[in-house]
Amino acid sequence: MSTADILAIFGGAVVTVTLSLTGILIGLPIGLALALLRWADVPVAARIVAIYVSLLRATPLVTLLLLLFFALPNIGIAIGPISAAILALVMNTSAFNCEVWRASLMNFPKDQYEAAQSVGMTAPLRFRRIVLPQIVRVSLPGLVNEMSLLIKVTPVLAVIGVVDITRAAVRIGAETYEPLPPFLVAVAIYAPIVFALVALQRWIERRQLAAEALA
Amino acid sequence: MISDFGVVWSERGLLLSGLANTTILSALSAIAALLLGTVLTPILMSKRRWLAIAARGFVDGMRCVPFLLFAYIVYYGFPSLGLRFDNWTSGLVALTLYNAAYMAEILRGAWAAQPREPIDAGIAFGFANLGLFRRMVLPPLLLAAGPVIGNQTIQIVKDSAFLTIIALPELTHAASSIQSRHYVPFAAFITAVFLYWGLCLVIEAGVGSIDRLAAARR
Repeated sequence: MSTADILAIFGGAVVTVTLSLTGILIGLPIGLALALLRWADVPVAARIVAIYVSLLRATPLVTLLLLLFFALPNIGIAIGPISAAILALVMNTSAFNCEVWRASLMNFPKDQYEAAQSVGMTAPLRFRRIVLPQIVRVSLPGLVNEMSLLIKVTPVLAVIGVVDITRAAVRIGAETYEPLPPFLVAVAIYAPIVFALVALQRWIERRQLAAEALA
Repeated sequence: MISDFGVVWSERGLLLSGLANTTILSALSAIAALLLGTVLTPILMSKRRWLAIAARGFVDGMRCVPFLLFAYIVYYGFPSLGLRFDNWTSGLVALTLYNAAYMAEILRGAWAAQPREPIDAGIAFGFANLGLFRRMVLPPLLLAAGPVIGNQTIQIVKDSAFLTIIALPELTHAASSIQSRHYVPFAAFITAVFLYWGLCLVIEAGVGSIDRLAAARR
């Protein structure tokens, strides 16, 4: 394995990280929107969201990805590997994020909401000033956990031809007949990223526990 | 579109054998991972430092590596080390080793949250070592960790879909071959998605009934 090969895997890492970040950034607000639809119990929409979340949480990302990549062009929607990858990641992560957001919304103390109502805050203001800052804090560990899970499923994107870390590693392994070294390089890139997120999650949890102990 | 589903229906044998393979693969590796996890958990909490550190290294290492990459390493990388498995064995080994780390961590978490008194009572009654673990520690541990173990089993079902890349004939692989043979991508993959959903709902229902059993015994 040459230096150029290692650089090729790092090139794949840039693709992996970019796609993961895009998926996370789009998936977070969509997850929140879905959770709000369920929390507010909007007729019909709440049911649809519940089914969407249950279905998406049970669907392996590979299957979803193959479905989007092959079936959308079939019904006349042109989609490339990159867009299919982002769409699949967003659909997957928004379902999991929805559950995290919803759990913290369910535990949100009702009296605070009523207090905000009684001082005449409008619904959007109540949400922005009272609800959102608190549920963000409660949801944060769960959301970071979901981010680490998302990064761990990104090697799947290689299946539809996205040249990410994994595909670069597979290609080098096939060219050199030595599959182990490129895979170990790939692991050496993935592991610190995932570990950093797991450590971040633990750190946030510890800090919140310490803050609660003080209060 | 309806005729596409007709094509999938005509290939139902292939799809059902894929579903059966996914179920068998997930069930076997869930059981094996749980067994391996129950062995790993006491080692994680061992007082012999080097043992605990080695187990911790394995568990944290697995939790930081993407499953698909691990499956690739087992299937394509292990032969360079002289370990050559066919795709079934590789798939089972990869799923089991990977998820054993998660099971061990789940059980450790549940163990740490268990009350100390029943175990002390067990020691007072003369239980020790393996007997103590099997009779006093393990049963409440499994009941307490039941729902999380169920979630991990669902994760195993979803991870098993990745094994399509090593040509293991599971559900996603069956859907892929139907789609490439007849070019009915939507019908083939959406059927697979609903079958996965069904499988996960069955697991959830199973966990729910264990939960009720645990609540009734309490």
